[in-house]
Amino acid sequence: MGNLIEIKGVTHAYKTPNGPLPVLDGLTIEVPEGEFAAVVGPSGCGKSTLTRLVAGLMKPDTGEVWLHGERVKSPRKTVGMAFQNPVMLEWRTILENVILPLEIVAPSMPRADRVARAMELLQLVGLDGFEGKRPSELSGGMRQRASLCRAIVHKPDVLIMDEPFGALDAFTREDLWQTMHELRAKEPFTAVLITHDLRESVYLGDQVIVLSGRPARTQFVLDVDYPGDGGLRQLEGLYTPECAAMLATLREQIQIAQGRHPAEAH
Amino acid sequence: MQTLQKIGVPILAIALFVAFWEFIVWVNGWPNYVMASPSDLPEAYARFWNLFLIGSWQTLWRTVAGLLLAVIFGTLLGMVMGFSRIARDGLYPLLVGFNAIPKATLVPVLALLFIGQHNFNTVLMAFLISFFPIAVSVGIGLSTLEPEYRDILRSLGASKVTIFRKIALPKTLPEFFGALKVSVTLAFIGTNLVEIISPHGRGLGALFLSGQTNSNYPLMFAVLIALAVLGILLYYAVVALEKIFAGWAERPQG
Repeated sequence: MGNLIEIKGVTHAYKTPNGPLPVLDGLTIEVPEGEFAAVVGPSGCGKSTLTRLVAGLMKPDTGEVWLHGERVKSPRKTVGMAFQNPVMLEWRTILENVILPLEIVAPSMPRADRVARAMELLQLVGLDGFEGKRPSELSGGMRQRASLCRAIVHKPDVLIMDEPFGALDAFTREDLWQTMHELRAKEPFTAVLITHDLRESVYLGDQVIVLSGRPARTQFVLDVDYPGDGGLRQLEGLYTPECAAMLATLREQIQIAQGRHPAEAH
Repeated sequence: MQTLQKIGVPILAIALFVAFWEFIVWVNGWPNYVMASPSDLPEAYARFWNLFLIGSWQTLWRTVAGLLLAVIFGTLLGMVMGFSRIARDGLYPLLVGFNAIPKATLVPVLALLFIGQHNFNTVLMAFLISFFPIAVSVGIGLSTLEPEYRDILRSLGASKVTIFRKIALPKTLPEFFGALKVSVTLAFIGTNLVEIISPHGRGLGALFLSGQTNSNYPLMFAVLIALAVLGILLYYAVVALEKIFAGWAERPQG
């Protein structure tokens, strides 16, 4: 299988009153079809810009973004997005929130099919019984689950997530990591996950991409070899020596990206 | 129990207010040409009930017409200001300046501009005085829309119109209704400004004026109370519309 996402030498700068602010510098990322890429890097290094580029919401100054062998120049229907803010529409029920992308992507799809599709996902994430509720009646973790359902309801090729678990408490976050694996097992998609959490990147990612400080380049790529029998990853695996070693490597790379020499940090 | 409370409490508050009013007039021994008391009013209503009905209707329809214009124009203006930074920068000083002009000073201007067009003048004034809150709130509502809200649809290739219809418009509705509640009472002020300052024998304002010329002070107070009642009625009509279209914004009371 080829690469589903290819980011080739992307350079981008924002125009500010004080002149151009370079955020990406020759960034190159490849994500094979069906793989889960976790992207980590120092704060403000341009990770969110990366998600907007892949989604086609903006164009890079130079370089190219390719999805499925096609160059991305504008938004496309084969992308799903989830953010740190679950962005639930308060005037819609949970079910109607999840259906929203289908209204855009598949306007001719019968209502019953849309509902069936949304309910199937809501069941997968344990939200059946809550479909008629307003978002404000749900907890933050439940809203984020609904947000994930909405991001994949139209079966996108690519799921782009910008710190979707960042605002959740530690236990809820671990629950959602598990949900993420269950979703992937049933609904294969290629994913890019922006995160600040190294454990999250190792637990969820097939590869972890470390970006350098601003302007961001690809500084390091870790191929995750998660301990276990190859089935669904277990949270306990994070406490094995193999994972500890990977986490140590990543932490060291982050320190380099922050401009600190690892040796000084000790 | 809850409906009883919803209706009973406001009625009790009004009764207390009326009793207090009556008491103040009685304690001070004011004659009714200084300050009419509530007990003077039933007579005024009984004598002029047909004039009250006609005047109320004239005031009400012209206020509502002005308000509808304000909703249409204010929403369009708000959309322009919400979507374009340049329009916002350009229009804000103009709007604020216009809003700062006492509208009473515009009555003679309108009266000269559109001589004899009484209904038109009155509706226009109700509109001029009430579109500002709507324009500002819609503009702010749209310009403060979080980018993520736009992105969830934009990333799917949705058109600007679709994003407006599915996201921006419903999300702005609570602010819109908040502004509309302010505009309702403003529009009444606009209608009555014209009816009183530029008299043409129509509306409750004209009835007020005739009370003044005939030194019928209870009638003047009766008109003010009638205006207050109309204002309350229209306000609650807006509240009912808000419940239907933006009821989701109301948090369930815990």
